[in-house]
Amino acid sequence: MSKFVIIGNSAGAIGSVEGIRSVDKASEIVLIASEPYHTYSRPLISYLLWGKTDEQRMKYRPDSFYKDNNVKTLLGRTVTKIDAEKKTVTLDSGETVSYDKLLNATGSSPFVPPMEGLEKVENKFTFMTLDDAHALEASLNKDSRVLVIGAGLIGLKCVEGIADRVGEITVVDMADRILPSVLDQEGAALVQSFIEERGVRFCLGDSATKFEKNKAVLKSGKEIGFDLLVLAVGVRPNVSLLKEAGAEVNRGIVTNEKCETSIRDIYAAGDCTESYDISVGQDRILALLPNAYMQGETAGINIAGGEKLYDNAIPMNAMGMFGYHMITAGSYEGDIYTEKSGRNYKKLFYRDNRLVGYIMIGDIARAGIYTSLIKKKTPLDSVDFELIKRKPQLMAFSKKKRAEFLAR
Amino acid sequence: MKRVYVNEKWCLGCHLCEYNCAYANSGKDDMVKALKNVKINPRIQIEEKDGIAFAVQCRHCEEPLCVKGCITGALSVKDGVIEVDKDKCVGCFTCILSCPYGAIMPDDDGHAIQKCELCVKNANGQPACVAGCPNKAIVFEER
Repeated sequence: MSKFVIIGNSAGAIGSVEGIRSVDKASEIVLIASEPYHTYSRPLISYLLWGKTDEQRMKYRPDSFYKDNNVKTLLGRTVTKIDAEKKTVTLDSGETVSYDKLLNATGSSPFVPPMEGLEKVENKFTFMTLDDAHALEASLNKDSRVLVIGAGLIGLKCVEGIADRVGEITVVDMADRILPSVLDQEGAALVQSFIEERGVRFCLGDSATKFEKNKAVLKSGKEIGFDLLVLAVGVRPNVSLLKEAGAEVNRGIVTNEKCETSIRDIYAAGDCTESYDISVGQDRILALLPNAYMQGETAGINIAGGEKLYDNAIPMNAMGMFGYHMITAGSYEGDIYTEKSGRNYKKLFYRDNRLVGYIMIGDIARAGIYTSLIKKKTPLDSVDFELIKRKPQLMAFSKKKRAEFLAR
Repeated sequence: MKRVYVNEKWCLGCHLCEYNCAYANSGKDDMVKALKNVKINPRIQIEEKDGIAFAVQCRHCEEPLCVKGCITGALSVKDGVIEVDKDKCVGCFTCILSCPYGAIMPDDDGHAIQKCELCVKNANGQPACVAGCPNKAIVFEER
């Protein structure tokens, strides 16, 4: 019997518990996390403010999860140090906890760049955790003027969550389009106009250079008054524990296909790591919940002595704004196939006989068939590409493949 | 575990499975009331082209990417059947992004997803698509 210690309590950590227990029912699992809550889904905080879920339904796993999986939890406790020689972690209380194998699933934190006068702003928020959501909720009212810095996934989901509960919202982003890491120019323009119809204003290709208590001055010279400021510029992986312990860290923690770090018996999963993105063939941070779960599960199985590789990671996102949906995956390079009709928009990116990326907005039906083509690196000459590019469908595969899919 | 298997050789493309699915999951006990003047949104869907037809629904994968990627925990595996807790689902559609078969779709109001649950949660108890298939192109069996 071994003792496994997990730092973190979100998708990566929970994936590792399920991974460990699929192999090993007996070993001791200790899960340590700074937040004092039962595991919850962080992406749901916007839905919480929107009234589409509540704290009970936000729980990522049932109330009995830790008991069912025989996990000892130390919640509301923060790990301050990992000693890889002695194989211990130190808690904020000074106590130490020993481990045979350790998983670092410490996630990421909002990145707030230094901006002049930011300290003068009293009502400023980040939007990542349940506590962040509660703090924002406690300060807003139907007349609030909200300024959101950042038109990425976090900033826009925040906009969706609070749109019906505040007076006005302005979103500022340095990029020339919204969701710059997810959408191309044309797709972004479609989604932007939809959001603008909800009364949200955008200042793109612009940035805040100076803040006063209730006012931002933009690079363009424009001044925007606000009551609440939401900072959603980006996130940074939480790497400090492992960096100090001597692990190899680039922007994120370096891991191999087994989710091992460079230190023996220490694994890492989730937003704190880099993954090998097969759609571009390089390591990058893929801060996505499904990716975190898969890494955690892979780490857990390997921790428990099983064998599992996570070797088909790609960037991918499903996101809706006020009921207008978009699904995207892979990288946007190579030849392009475009379809556009009203608010439906699709772009496929392919090269070297492979689909490498896609964007679907509006009509997102059966998008996963495209995702699978990317992940499996399916040669496009083995499918009816003319057929599948119009609509994702199994008919485009060979009869033999169809039988594999549906008859076994 | 018993699963639904599809043999395209026998599929007539009659779409009865789609209607039986929509009826079984309508919660109504009268097929006419359930389906008349309704644009059905069945969990099993026929693909057809050039005389070939076959039905597609959830394969209840052993490595379920939809469950593993679900951001809310609304999708789970119970006795081999992949089920959705519509109360937890917020309709983010990450599972639609993940499913290699294209077997998950938004439900009627678009606020959550729906998928084949082998009729374990409706009054049928056994897959209605299979029971109503006139040519045994869809079967429910152990393989």
